[in-house]
Amino acid sequence: MLAYFLRRVMIAIPTIILISMFVFSLQHLLPGDPLLVLAGEERDPETLEFLREKYRLNDPIPVQYLAWVWNALQGDLGTSFRTNQPVTELIAEKLPVTLQLAIMSLIFALAIGIPAGIISAYKKGTVTDWAANVVALSGLSIPNFWLGIMLILLVSVKWQLLPASGYVPPGEDLWQSIRTMLMPAFVLGTALAATLMRHTRSSMLGVLTSDYVRTARAKGLSERVVVLKHAFRNALTPIVTLTALLFGELVAGAVLTEQIFTIPGFGKLVVDAVFNRDYAVVQGIVLVTAVGFIVMNLLADMAYMLLNPRLREA
Amino acid sequence: MKHLTLTTALVAAMAMPAVAQDLRIALQSDADVLDPDQSRTFVGRIVYASLCDKLVDITPELEIIPQLATGWEVSEDGLSIAMDLREGVVFHDGTPFNAEAVAANIERSKTLEESRRKSELASITSTEVTGDYAITLNLAQPDATVMAQLADRAGMMVSPTAAAEAGADFGLNPVCSGPFSFGERVAQDRIVLERFPDYWNADAINFDSVTFLPIPDTTVRLANLQSGDIDMLERLAPTDLAQAEADPDINVVSAVSLGYQGITFNVGNGDNASGPWGSDKRLRQALSYAVDREAINQVVFEGAFAPGNQPFPPNSPWYDTSHPIEARDVEKAKALLAEAGYPDGIDLTVQVPNTTIPLALMQVVQAMAGEAGIRIEIVSKEFATLLADQSAGDYFASQIGWSGRVDPDGNIHQFTTTDGGINDSGFSHPDVDAALNAARTMPDMAARKAEYDKARAILIDEAPLVYLYHQSWITALDASIEGFTPYPDGMIRLEGVTKSE
Repeated sequence: MLAYFLRRVMIAIPTIILISMFVFSLQHLLPGDPLLVLAGEERDPETLEFLREKYRLNDPIPVQYLAWVWNALQGDLGTSFRTNQPVTELIAEKLPVTLQLAIMSLIFALAIGIPAGIISAYKKGTVTDWAANVVALSGLSIPNFWLGIMLILLVSVKWQLLPASGYVPPGEDLWQSIRTMLMPAFVLGTALAATLMRHTRSSMLGVLTSDYVRTARAKGLSERVVVLKHAFRNALTPIVTLTALLFGELVAGAVLTEQIFTIPGFGKLVVDAVFNRDYAVVQGIVLVTAVGFIVMNLLADMAYMLLNPRLREA
Repeated sequence: MKHLTLTTALVAAMAMPAVAQDLRIALQSDADVLDPDQSRTFVGRIVYASLCDKLVDITPELEIIPQLATGWEVSEDGLSIAMDLREGVVFHDGTPFNAEAVAANIERSKTLEESRRKSELASITSTEVTGDYAITLNLAQPDATVMAQLADRAGMMVSPTAAAEAGADFGLNPVCSGPFSFGERVAQDRIVLERFPDYWNADAINFDSVTFLPIPDTTVRLANLQSGDIDMLERLAPTDLAQAEADPDINVVSAVSLGYQGITFNVGNGDNASGPWGSDKRLRQALSYAVDREAINQVVFEGAFAPGNQPFPPNSPWYDTSHPIEARDVEKAKALLAEAGYPDGIDLTVQVPNTTIPLALMQVVQAMAGEAGIRIEIVSKEFATLLADQSAGDYFASQIGWSGRVDPDGNIHQFTTTDGGINDSGFSHPDVDAALNAARTMPDMAARKAEYDKARAILIDEAPLVYLYHQSWITALDASIEGFTPYPDGMIRLEGVTKSE
């Protein structure tokens, strides 16, 4: 298992290098001069030239890239053009925010998606199955931004139950932090719940008709044990893969959700940075996200082995 | 009865300081670096209005009034300004404010390599400290614009001690002398300022802290005000105006801004200028006649902004009343096209920032111009690209604007003089150069205005920029907030503002 783990890590390294090269060159291919954006309404040519030198924008792109890699290896991801803050500091500030959103969304997604999937598979063809499908489909089809704004108008403005937007760190006030994050997590969670529900359903359907489930029933085991212990555990493997892949969707979905609810997380940081051509910030975030995604996939593979002993020998 | 009201007011006033009050203000976007010498954004200036005092301030009527400078006198030859400074002022770190501090600040604005204030203070050649609280600014040539510059970022005084220590990193922990001192900043989330107890005008300040929250989405910004999560917001969208005005718990105030929006034509910036639109002024005049500015204001901005045809809004003292906003005249526009040799109409490509308002604006202009035979093709570009293309001359016409400056020079000189720093149009006319160069040196307002009017007559005829409207700064406040005055510069000044419970 350890050898397998190490092998996977070795494969991950070139992937990360390729991603960082790709993003670096892609950013520089974007039209628009970062310093013109930075300068805003004051475009003193002398100051612009000084800043171009300061941020090494006059060097050829490969040189800029190597300089970035060299600094990154020493833990320095550069500074934001716009606010002069170190990128590592920005990331350290934003990462917990988006992680909290991702975890709370995932809880929503799992809590809604998996039970709904099991029930609809078990009650296949009934009104319950049909209703669960309709709900899942609407979760997928309703755009996040619409649902988000509707919730704000209803829950915050009309009923005044939850804060409309923003973010409170859990360390400052845990209860308020969860309350503020509830609506965004729900919005992001519902879309994922739909995907999870559909996959759980089809996976369960396959398992429920298999021989060993019939055997389990024949042994006289209770339906509860048959469904949850025998069928569900075997249906779980594809769901674990999916959950790991959903992590990517969570990060992508967070971009939009954070914009709507003005959550100062990764998504908002990267969108603003792209529009401002804040190269160092975009680059730093992409690096951290890529590493995060690779780690999630690695964890998912490890989880299979725990769930399915047959894989451990391979 | 009168007595009773007074007593009630006194009781209320006495009860107020007991509660620690935080004022929460929503901004349209996040500020950039919080160093007055380095920063560029409008929202950054809103934060400074509470954080950093300036040498002078403005009234809503744009008169220059004392802030840290209590009086000033321009010499007979116009080559120096003698200034008296306020005594007993300290910076947030305890450093005393005096003539030495002013000299250090001007030196920093002019020499810090990252400084964006160099051109604003270019006419100041040196400073002379003539007393503890007296300083003289020496100018290279008479400059009527310099006091207005000192009413904005170039005149903001930062602690010389803190600035010397932090250098270019000053913005991470700014130290000024304003009513509030820097508390903390979480990028894209909040900027918190704390009440500065030693502020020279502390009696006028009624809050213990101010929190600025960047909330870009207009609907969400308003929702936060309605739910009571914030106390006020800047730049309410005109489309939300009706909703906000209908809410009894919200007050809406507005002031016409100093800036403008319009269409800039490429008349001399690279090869694209040699096309028909760059070389024939009659076409540009035709477009100006084809649009109905009042209708644009009603349709796109719910009537909340101000139609315009000059770089200064019609309510400005600098507005040239001999060239009022033309009524729409489609026939005249068609005649001009025919005269220019395009009786069957002509195509025009206009680049537009890819955000809601500019797109909506251009679609309305497109429809209006279409009736006169001008077939507009809208090319929407992301703002960074639009700016780069405009600067490089890679455009024919561009929908762009300017945030506006207190002094009229800032709205016109750099755009329409031959060597102007932002003359993306490439416009050049010796008489306009002469008039605008003369105007900036004249201390007398009437004489100055005569020069601007001279330039205006040529600019209206040549039409390198077709002005369309002036934005209004619409501020929405919770009904509990009292004493707020909107300013044409869009800044939020908190002196005298109170919040009742």
